[in-house]
Amino acid sequence: MRIPCPFCGPRDAAEFSYLGDASVRRPDSSVPGDGLDAAMQVYVYIRDNPAGPLKEYWYHGAGCHSWLVVDRDTRTHEITGAAEAHSGAVS
Amino acid sequence: MTQAQRLAAGGLVDRSTPVSFSFDGKPFTGFAGDTLASALLANGVRLVGRSFKYHRPRGIFSAGPEEPNALVELRAGARREPNTKATCVELYDGLSAESQNRWPSLAFDLHAVNQFASPLLVAGFYYKTFMWPSAFWERLYEPAIRRAAGLGRLSGESDPDSYEKATAFCDLLVIGAGPAGLAAALVAGRAGVRVILAESDFVLGGRLNCETHEIDGAPGSAWARQAEDELATLPNVRIMRRTSVFGVYDGECGAIERVADHMPAPPEHAPRQRLWKIVARQTILATGAVERSIVFGGNDRPGVMLGSAMRTYVNRFAAAPGRRIAVFTTGDDGWRTARDLRTAGLSVECVVDTRHTIAPDVLSLTGDTAVYLGSHVVDAFGGHGLRSIDIRDAGGIRKRVAVDALAVSGGWNPDVALATHLGASPTWSDAKAAFLATEPPRSMALAGAAAGHWTLAEALHDGGTLGMDAATRYGHPQLAQPRFRTSDEATEVQACWHVGGARSKAFVDLQNDVTDRDIALAAREGFRSVEHLKRYTTLGMATDQGRTSNVGGLAIMAELTGRTIAETGTTRARPPHIPVAIGAFAGLHRDTHFKPTRLTSGHQWATGQGATFVDAGQWLRAQWFARPGETDWLQSVTREVRTVRSAVGVCDVSTLGKIALTGPDVGTFLDRIYINTFSTLDVGKVRYGVMLREDGFVMDDGTTARLAPDHWMMSTTTANAAKVMQHLEFCHQVLWPELDVQMVSVTEQWAQYAVAGPRSRALLQQLLGTVADLSNEAFPYLACREFRCGSLPVRLYRISFSGELAYEIAVPANYGDALAQALIDAGRDLGVAPYGTEALSVMRIEKGHVAGNEINGQTIASDLGLGRMMSTRKDYVGRVMAARPALVDSKRPSLVGLKPVDPAARLRAGAHFVARGVPASPETDDGYMTSTAFSPTLGHWIGLGLLADGPRRTGERLRAYDPVRAGDVDVEVVPPVFVDPKGERLRA
Ligand SMILES: [Zn+2]
Repeated sequence: MRIPCPFCGPRDAAEFSYLGDASVRRPDSSVPGDGLDAAMQVYVYIRDNPAGPLKEYWYHGAGCHSWLVVDRDTRTHEITGAAEAHSGAVS
Repeated sequence: MTQAQRLAAGGLVDRSTPVSFSFDGKPFTGFAGDTLASALLANGVRLVGRSFKYHRPRGIFSAGPEEPNALVELRAGARREPNTKATCVELYDGLSAESQNRWPSLAFDLHAVNQFASPLLVAGFYYKTFMWPSAFWERLYEPAIRRAAGLGRLSGESDPDSYEKATAFCDLLVIGAGPAGLAAALVAGRAGVRVILAESDFVLGGRLNCETHEIDGAPGSAWARQAEDELATLPNVRIMRRTSVFGVYDGECGAIERVADHMPAPPEHAPRQRLWKIVARQTILATGAVERSIVFGGNDRPGVMLGSAMRTYVNRFAAAPGRRIAVFTTGDDGWRTARDLRTAGLSVECVVDTRHTIAPDVLSLTGDTAVYLGSHVVDAFGGHGLRSIDIRDAGGIRKRVAVDALAVSGGWNPDVALATHLGASPTWSDAKAAFLATEPPRSMALAGAAAGHWTLAEALHDGGTLGMDAATRYGHPQLAQPRFRTSDEATEVQACWHVGGARSKAFVDLQNDVTDRDIALAAREGFRSVEHLKRYTTLGMATDQGRTSNVGGLAIMAELTGRTIAETGTTRARPPHIPVAIGAFAGLHRDTHFKPTRLTSGHQWATGQGATFVDAGQWLRAQWFARPGETDWLQSVTREVRTVRSAVGVCDVSTLGKIALTGPDVGTFLDRIYINTFSTLDVGKVRYGVMLREDGFVMDDGTTARLAPDHWMMSTTTANAAKVMQHLEFCHQVLWPELDVQMVSVTEQWAQYAVAGPRSRALLQQLLGTVADLSNEAFPYLACREFRCGSLPVRLYRISFSGELAYEIAVPANYGDALAQALIDAGRDLGVAPYGTEALSVMRIEKGHVAGNEINGQTIASDLGLGRMMSTRKDYVGRVMAARPALVDSKRPSLVGLKPVDPAARLRAGAHFVARGVPASPETDDGYMTSTAFSPTLGHWIGLGLLADGPRRTGERLRAYDPVRAGDVDVEVVPPVFVDPKGERLRA
């Protein structure tokens, strides 16, 4: 499997490590609130398991050390794109 | 020995190059260009092996990787490779092979009685016969079965050969160099497409070498040579012969190149095999098709052979499979076999076709040969070689015909396994009487017989068209597709799987000895799904992957259960498509090369000091430094600890992770990473920090120094260095990209040594002279400084893991070895000694410092006595989740010290704490011992542990329960800091 790193070009998946669903948003834990515990619980533990396209975090640890958001189809493993994780790739 | 069965003329073997080999110790001669199978046939060897379960005599059945019978042990000694298909072994001078699964000899095998005990060995016998009593399994059944059933023997020695891995890239990968593959490679290659052409065989051409077709007026094999010659001149085409693509994975193919398997041993410095990862934008599957057998009585006798294989042996190898041959076919293909055999001068006794009407042009292929239409071969007879067959003609009359070989043609299976590795199932086509890959992976196209396009004209056309497609797709549009001139051949076939009424065993799967009765039994017992059928009967599960048998087996199942083949379906293939040596997957990653070995820059120095090393992840670290006269490790470690506690010691701590952080926002960043505050840290100071995972558990600990306002150095544990780096980068890049922070790992750029002990200041002052003032006032505990010693940058930290007055000194890694030596030289009069990780560990246990045994992924900060570090004035990663009720429960196991009630008793990590007088059970489990050491300072064993409600139980006596080792020890709960609890020494 190959991942098109925006900095390094297409690279073997063995150079990357996987984190998972990139659609989850970390709640701002510096702002106390009634919903924070529950929101943090969801952020840490709750994941969908979709069959189909998924945006997910991959880390190019054996390359440029970038965190990427990779578009992968969980049914076919087809990878259709990758972008820097902080460039607003996940809305 | 003469090659009695070698035809006088013809074939592609090189008659001017004789090749000597031996089989079962007997010497033979073949020719260059032979396979082991063709050379055996040419020498009249018909019996080559014994079958898996019944030890039936078996001969050569095929001419390729579909071979179920002719499995041999190739080579001797450490290179012996069992279960090697003789049909795939390229003959070389000096080859030696042995038949397998026979005892005492191939011709006289005592286990052949198995076939008369066959009721015991029917489908599912593993699950039925040996069920009870269970003790019999281990003592009786298993050893007996292992002796009686099975395949070849492993050498039992380590593999003397080397293997390597490589990656190749191309626009177009063509798998198979038969007519379709060659046409595709030619057309695409001429246009400039980057092509890899992979072929399992040692010659290109596929069936062109085995048939009598002509292309553009030349014999097929000559055309293939021409095509090969042209391809070899194209710089954008790479021909990989002896290379089998065995698996299709996400975005890449796996292939095995047999670099030296056609030689007695690999040449010096050459690998035996090379494992390829081929990354291709597009793949053409031109793997052809494999002929099917027909199930009838005695269809496993030596001499019964696939018709296409007979053509291969006659046309390519000029080896006669027999002298009086019959053909049993369900389609037009068998008639071509009869024709070719006659052309080669062999006697064809009869052609038996299951069909009643045959096209006249097909019928005319065999001249005056006797023909039985609408007829079947019911039984084949002969022990070590076929002697006769029984034919049941259209009128139901049995007739015996004396023959010494029988060609069987049951139709063709497109070799589509590689098209199904990514998941799609093949689908049945009634028109083709075959399973086709109708949904190949998106980047794969099928050509020729692999696509069910049986004729040569179709194969060439497919290859040409797909080659053109690739040329267009990759930017090399071509004007016109070349035409290859050839004739079309008749390919009608009838689906006929199974001939009833046999008197002897009728085999579906020859390699696993699965008979038609086994399939029927499985059907009776309710195994209707093909996946169940396969596992219950073991049909198709042998090393031939059921290439000749699967379809027949499930067709019989379909018949028995009243379904069509389409309804019954087929199993999906999984990689590898052919057996691949584990050594090839390992490649160079074996023994000490299994993973990289990281050495610190002081490794040579440590070796010179007599270090014994220990693996710490990928690193090698000095564990202790034995001195002459010390007879066990505990003596050395005890001396090292005493040296540090009373004088001064030097320890290489370069393996700890070092992360340089720069930028104006590092303080803010670290506040969010660590549970304690760092933004308030003064320049020139170091602080110990603990970081959590987002779920609230402790991730790692270490010190971070502020060398300059915007320059920080973080240290991590050796084990977690990469993980922490990844975590920091996630936090920065994903969570808080707005923070102006840069970070880089400098673990390998700096060598770092701990200098510890009451005389450490004197040692360093001796080394550094006036460069640095190390007095307590100028450089107190937790100070840090960066300075130059001559031209050399030096970083000095006053931190202590041992609890003594101590420093860590770092220099660029190039100088690590020199620094270590300089430290020892400077401390010679002070009684300095190097110490290793064991002494380090003893001293950290004496000081109650937690390490990997305690930071084990299941502990939170307060479990480790670090709860008070958790800032309440700021937010940090893990803060919210660490406050979950279960994690703030005071009854959680927490860090305590332990000492044995009997001072002579030894403590062992892993022992569980149970209240005294209470039986040990999961309910009464109060925690466990995490770390233990013999404390030279205290003169007895000490331990750290995680004890429920621990700190409040100081003074309590418990059992340390250890049923699997030394038994129970009574221990007393004490504070975890055994030495200098007030920390006076480290501030001295
Ligand atoms: Zn990259």
